[in-house]
Amino acid sequence: MPVMTYREALNAALHEEFAHDERVLILGEEVALYQGAFKVTQGLLQKFGDRRVIDTPISEAGFVGMAIGAAMLGLRPIAEVMTFNFSILALDQMVNNAAKMYSMSGGQLHVPMVLRGPGGAAHQLASQHSQALEQQYAHIPGLKVVMPATPADAKGLLKSAIRDESPVVFIEGEALYPTKGEVPEGEYLIEIGKADLKRQGKDVTLICWSRMALVTLEAAALLEQEGIDAEVVDLRTVRPVDQEAILQSVRKTNRAVVVEEAWPWASVGGSIVDLIQREAFDDLDAPVLRINGIDAPMPYAKNLEHAMLPTPRSIAAAAKKVLYR
Amino acid sequence: MPYSKEVLLDLLERMLLIRRFEERAGQQYGLGKIGGFCHLYIGQEAVCVGALSALRPDDYALSGYREHGHALARGTEPGRVMAELFGKATGTTKGKGGSMHIFDAERRFMGGYGIVGGQIPLGAGFALATKYQGGDQVTLCFFGDAAVNQGVFHEVLNMAQLWKLPVIFICENNKYGMGTDVARAAAVPEVYKRSSSYNMHGERVDGMDVLAVRAACDRLVHRARTEMQPALLEAATYRFRGHSMADPATYRTKEELAEFRGKDPIAQLKAQLVADDSITEEDYKKLEQKIKKIVDEAVKFADESPAADLAERFTDVYFGEPPLAPPELDPALLEEAH
Repeated sequence: MPVMTYREALNAALHEEFAHDERVLILGEEVALYQGAFKVTQGLLQKFGDRRVIDTPISEAGFVGMAIGAAMLGLRPIAEVMTFNFSILALDQMVNNAAKMYSMSGGQLHVPMVLRGPGGAAHQLASQHSQALEQQYAHIPGLKVVMPATPADAKGLLKSAIRDESPVVFIEGEALYPTKGEVPEGEYLIEIGKADLKRQGKDVTLICWSRMALVTLEAAALLEQEGIDAEVVDLRTVRPVDQEAILQSVRKTNRAVVVEEAWPWASVGGSIVDLIQREAFDDLDAPVLRINGIDAPMPYAKNLEHAMLPTPRSIAAAAKKVLYR
Repeated sequence: MPYSKEVLLDLLERMLLIRRFEERAGQQYGLGKIGGFCHLYIGQEAVCVGALSALRPDDYALSGYREHGHALARGTEPGRVMAELFGKATGTTKGKGGSMHIFDAERRFMGGYGIVGGQIPLGAGFALATKYQGGDQVTLCFFGDAAVNQGVFHEVLNMAQLWKLPVIFICENNKYGMGTDVARAAAVPEVYKRSSSYNMHGERVDGMDVLAVRAACDRLVHRARTEMQPALLEAATYRFRGHSMADPATYRTKEELAEFRGKDPIAQLKAQLVADDSITEEDYKKLEQKIKKIVDEAVKFADESPAADLAERFTDVYFGEPPLAPPELDPALLEEAH
């Protein structure tokens, strides 16, 4: 199986889906001539032309809304936002048009489109460019929210997202683009809404998604040195969430930590804890703990930035706490 | 006269249907049969009727939340629109959309939208799609005068001209964004001039004159269809009622209202048809009776239709997927048991 970067895996998925379906097109800032701000769209313009690979002005609400309109007429548009920080400018279009269209039209119209781009903190980009905003979308019925952590998941899930009949918010990890992994060639589809057990264990369940899955695997390695066998559940999709995978693991280990890059209040992690306490109350041997980004805007300085986010050590410490060790 | 008698009578009939439908909707609102917001189109009939009559059946249209008229002008059954206002199962969206969200995709009326200006990118997206698919359909994208102060209006006009999209942006300037006079909200109150920022063709038409609107749209639609050129058309119009049923419209003068009532689009066309002997007063009375019967039947249909189905709460959220599972403590079932 070839090894490639997360960026190359996304690029491969795009090339394959463009070739697979004439209805697929992409609109976004710098996606064509510049080859993508993060090079995810590299080569698309040369191969598929400017009819299908469209550079837009910096008008997020406008071009995301146009992608929604084009999807209503049967195309399968991908709107790329340079980062998800800018997607907030198009939040009205996603929330009020994309998410509600199928219901509001009484089932007459639906919106098979993808909104994609990088999210989360990267490297010293400061407060306006370092945010995990998935809860803004995960809250909204009608949307699906996908957040892959590995190159293979990135490819399989992006292909599925493009083929999905609903609007899919596909948040890539900005810091994940250069990470490498094995990626199956050709037709490789991963079902949206299915978690992946990234590490099997019996002592404690660590629930995570996107870049936090990699940090959590590092935490599991630290725990292993101390004789603790952690199970790592990578949700991969935060709407819909794979409830069965979470509950199955918690019923086995009886302890859980939810690891999340986003701020703690009113976030996806809180809803996962709610799910666990409702459905697995009798299985728990300790309160579920959460490890989040610190509840403040992200500062610029390298040492501050590093200390704002969950680390392998902070996750491992939480795991030991729920194990009363 | 460039239009045949049949065309003129059709325009008159459609305008009159909207007028009487809206009057009855207002009345039914007063009776408590319609809830929520209800924005009546009375006074503006010439705009949607004139514009939409310039389209082919396979062209697209969409509007804001004052859109009952657009659906009716596109041919949606009045009974289904009234049933939607009543929140009935037989409504255009089964009771999910209500007054602000009438949809009739079969007739390519692609919806009414409740966020001011939020539909503008969708309209341009339709044009992008039809052009992408190699079709020659045109999209008419309607909105009010307040929408042109939203950022997305400017974003989309820029892209529509840049990419030569076959879409006509029709601003129904009824002089007020809710209670705010255009002159108090816009540094350039002549809306059509805003197109010049984007090298787009813009013009203003008398929106109380259905034939003027029709003629402008015939021209602009042909241009969009054959040359892939968008345009901004400002239709100067007036609503005879308040912004919504809750608005007594005290922010405007009686004189102003009287002035525009004097330009009633239906009375104007009728007078012209009588003057040139196309119709008699007797013919007009018959038309009134015919419309009254249609509206009576629409109300009857809505009245007699079943309420929206409670199971619809769980459907139409994700296309092609089974309905959601009801919650364990379903309020509807608990209320029913009580």
